[in-house]
Amino acid sequence: MTAPSSFSALQPVVVGAGPAGVRAAQALVAHGLRPVVIDEASRAGGQIYRRPPSSLAERSANVLYGFEARRADAVHTAFDALRERIDYRADSLVWNAQGGRLDVLHGPTRSTSSVPYGQLIVATGATDRVLPVPGWTLPGVYTLGGAQVALKFQGCAIGQRVVFMGTGPLLYLVAYQYAKAGAKVAAVLDTSRLADQLAATPAMLRQPAVFAKGVYYVAWLRAHGVALHGGVRPLRVLGDATENRVAGVAWHDGQEERTLACDAVGFGYALRSETQLADLLGCRFEFAPLHRAHLPVRDAAGRSSVRGVYLAGDGAGIMGADAAEWAGERAALALLADGGAAIDAARAAMLERKLHKLGAFRQGLERAFPVPHDWAAHAPDELVVCRCENITAGTLRQTVAENGADEMNRLKALSRVGMGRCQGRMCGVAAAEILAHATGQPVQQVGRLRGQAPIKPIPIHLANTAPSTEGAGA
Amino acid sequence: MSGRKTLRTDVAIVGGGIVGASAALALRRMGIGVVLLERDLCGSRSSGVNYGGVRRQGRPVSQLPLAQRAHRIWGNLRETIGTDGEYLRSGHFKIARSEADMASLERYRAQSRDFDLGLELISDARLRERCPWLGTRAVGGSLCAEDGQANPRLVSPAFALAAQRAGAQIFERHKVDEVAHDGQAFILRSGNALEVHAPALLNCAGAWAGPIATEFGEEVPLQSGHPAMAVTEPLPFFMNWSLGVEGGGIYCRQVARGNLVLGGGGKGIALDADRARSDRDAIASLSVQAIELLPALRHAHFIRTWSGTEGYLPDRQPVLGPSRTTPGLFHGFGFSGAGFQIGPAAGEVLAELVRDGRSSTPIDAFSIERFFPEETTTSPP
Ligand SMILES: Cc1cc2nc3c(=O)[nH]c(=O)nc-3n(C[C@H](O)[C@H](O)[C@H](O)COP(=O)(O)OP(=O)(O)OC[C@H]3O[C@@H](n4cnc5c(N)ncnc54)[C@H](O)[C@@H]3O)c2cc1C
Ligand SMILES: Cc1cc2nc3c(=O)[nH]c(=O)nc-3n(C[C@H](O)[C@H](O)[C@H](O)COP(=O)(O)OP(=O)(O)OC[C@H]3O[C@@H](n4cnc5c(N)ncnc54)[C@H](O)[C@@H]3O)c2cc1C
Repeated sequence: MTAPSSFSALQPVVVGAGPAGVRAAQALVAHGLRPVVIDEASRAGGQIYRRPPSSLAERSANVLYGFEARRADAVHTAFDALRERIDYRADSLVWNAQGGRLDVLHGPTRSTSSVPYGQLIVATGATDRVLPVPGWTLPGVYTLGGAQVALKFQGCAIGQRVVFMGTGPLLYLVAYQYAKAGAKVAAVLDTSRLADQLAATPAMLRQPAVFAKGVYYVAWLRAHGVALHGGVRPLRVLGDATENRVAGVAWHDGQEERTLACDAVGFGYALRSETQLADLLGCRFEFAPLHRAHLPVRDAAGRSSVRGVYLAGDGAGIMGADAAEWAGERAALALLADGGAAIDAARAAMLERKLHKLGAFRQGLERAFPVPHDWAAHAPDELVVCRCENITAGTLRQTVAENGADEMNRLKALSRVGMGRCQGRMCGVAAAEILAHATGQPVQQVGRLRGQAPIKPIPIHLANTAPSTEGAGA
Repeated sequence: MSGRKTLRTDVAIVGGGIVGASAALALRRMGIGVVLLERDLCGSRSSGVNYGGVRRQGRPVSQLPLAQRAHRIWGNLRETIGTDGEYLRSGHFKIARSEADMASLERYRAQSRDFDLGLELISDARLRERCPWLGTRAVGGSLCAEDGQANPRLVSPAFALAAQRAGAQIFERHKVDEVAHDGQAFILRSGNALEVHAPALLNCAGAWAGPIATEFGEEVPLQSGHPAMAVTEPLPFFMNWSLGVEGGGIYCRQVARGNLVLGGGGKGIALDADRARSDRDAIASLSVQAIELLPALRHAHFIRTWSGTEGYLPDRQPVLGPSRTTPGLFHGFGFSGAGFQIGPAAGEVLAELVRDGRSSTPIDAFSIERFFPEETTTSPP
């Protein structure tokens, strides 16, 4: 098939080479286009199908991805088959977007370039949703994602005796992967309760295979003697004063305080979408109750509110890896159709149906593993929420009390929360929860931090993408 | 039909930037009733996102009386608004990159001699000794030891809070959609929520003040501009002074945490009527100039860039003073990129105008009449 003439001017660009980006690129190539694919990582695969650097001895897909091995292989193979037919930019961070061009920092050569696009598919994925607990800044504490990356990417465990804490499907999965890899999993501490999971079972049976995997991980862990505790409230990570690292964890089990020794902690509360690029592109955001987050709006096909910009995968709302593949392909078909190409409408409709069906399953997941809504109520004043700027929960509450801050950007301006290197990507969720609680508003009311370039810090001497003779100032 | 609230007061103010908020505070201290309407949050626009330069040096001589008055207010900031807002008299150093620049700085010192700015010219060996971190293009400069810097994010909202504590009624998230005069009083409407009646009105709406002036037959060539700002990650502390450059282009300062805040002209981009962000070319130009000015920045990172929306008039002077058409209306807008330092004094001047009909600080240069030269001679009806 050949692309219709309206595509000739500029290639479409796909940001993100996770499951969503790979399937999007594949669909574009299948219709005769040669997209640019930009990804910050050195190899395609995204978060879940992250590939170790080729310098590390290849471990088998089975070892790396377990049940997901087949899918991982499929995504990798699909991508490898595309290599000659796309313009692939690995190790490339999109740090700014403006006027139909993306500013891209290429890590290895330490250079930036400006990449124009006709249409754009944003498939930027997700990172961990962090609700901190006292002691979380001790060496030896990792996010669940970080713990998993260490295992998959570097082939090493975060500790010998590890506690996993938080909630969400990833909690059990990572615990399982650690146990399988030979680490001692001291316990899995889940803030959600068994009752939540039972109540959610009917909804989750909409995806029986996925549900079965979850059940399997839990059963496997139990069979291998890993202690699983539900309905807990994490109290703190205990530190070893002499070595200044993790020595254990303390939690409340509903009746009493309990502690357990360990040398590393992986924690997290499912995922949060990476939305800054969509924000810089001017996409309209709305609060999505299911995700408890403000997300860029999109139609069923993945069209954002901005013409020519499409959204796919976890970056537009956490839906998981399979959905990311479908959404990536669907968004590419929308892009093609909008440009006048003939697409397989039945396929597009089928993808939409699958995505829609998954919605019910996602609701079940949120029901089974709710974010602990009382987290803010229990966060002690001395808890560090923003580690870049060292801002505590107490400081945030004081800012509310003294200055009447009732909105995220005002809270940031007055307290510095989210003003550091991470720009609120890590602390934003927790700060919003504290603000909502302190002002007695629902969390959607407190708004969201506005995105600002650069998406991640960039060396000043590389910010000079387009030297300009303009000066003269205020 | 709706539950619209009606308030009657002495003075209504549109805009809760540093100008409107300090006017509200000054009026309350005179015992005058004030209602201030702010479309968003007080100090969330220009006044809260600017570079934070608190400098008199380099201002046109016509602004120096106002700047001196503001200097005294800044000196008492904590007593005035209840916080120091990270205000520091750290010194403002204006750099010369050529002998011609140096001569120009010398001329400025002579022109401003009446104002006691205490300018000290530094060059050659003394320059290298006092600031080894300066790039080689700098040949000298002029230091105003009592100028400095502050944190606009903290200072500007604090003016509004102080005004509120002093009894001003402040309505945030209340956009003024309509202003009119019914022959007795100004009437301001904010949606279906609020109507304010007052015999005096202060137009302190910043870059958005144009339509209000136009409503009263005073269309002025006000334009929006968006200076580019950027901040680095925290770096080891090395620089007290806030730096500027003769001829403009870039300015930068280091805050106590170690971050460098940089700003420059160049055009930001307007996202919509309200918001703006740094333009790619402006960031590029900032990065080049920043490294030239401070070579140590070469390996530092920008962690954030931003911009704001500021009102500019062609002669880069504000409009500050009474309306030429409507008694009781006073304007204070169009500070053209330099209203943070003089904002608190502009607020006091507006309050004096309301109370006394005149200001104790000369403001003739800022009269709105300057945009209507051919009409100034016609006699009033
Ligand atoms: C740490 C982690 C572990 C996970 N583990 C599992 C698991 O074991 N099982 C499971 O079912 N799900 C897991 N998930 C969820 C799963 O990864 C996602 O559902 C799936 O990967 C979504 O695919 P995606 O294509 O939307 O995004 P991703 O796979 O996240 O891919 C996004 C890609 O975009 C790139 N990117 C983002 N921003 C930029 C930028 N500004 N410039 C350039 N590139 C950019 C990233 O480098 C990344 O490669 C995990 C998620 C995370 C974050
Ligand atoms: C990026 C940047 C850097 C700067 N750097 C410096 C510096 O270093 N030093 C310096 O001295 N100056 C600096 N300035 C200039 C300085 O910030 C401004 O001159 C000053 O803040 C203007 O104050 P203001 O109160 O007039 O305007 P603003 O702060 O813009 O306040 C006007 C207010 O009016 C409100 N408003 C508008 N229309 C309506 C309506 N219809 N109803 C209700 N409310 C309304 C707006 O929401 C806004 O809050 C800079 C400006 C910018 C943008």
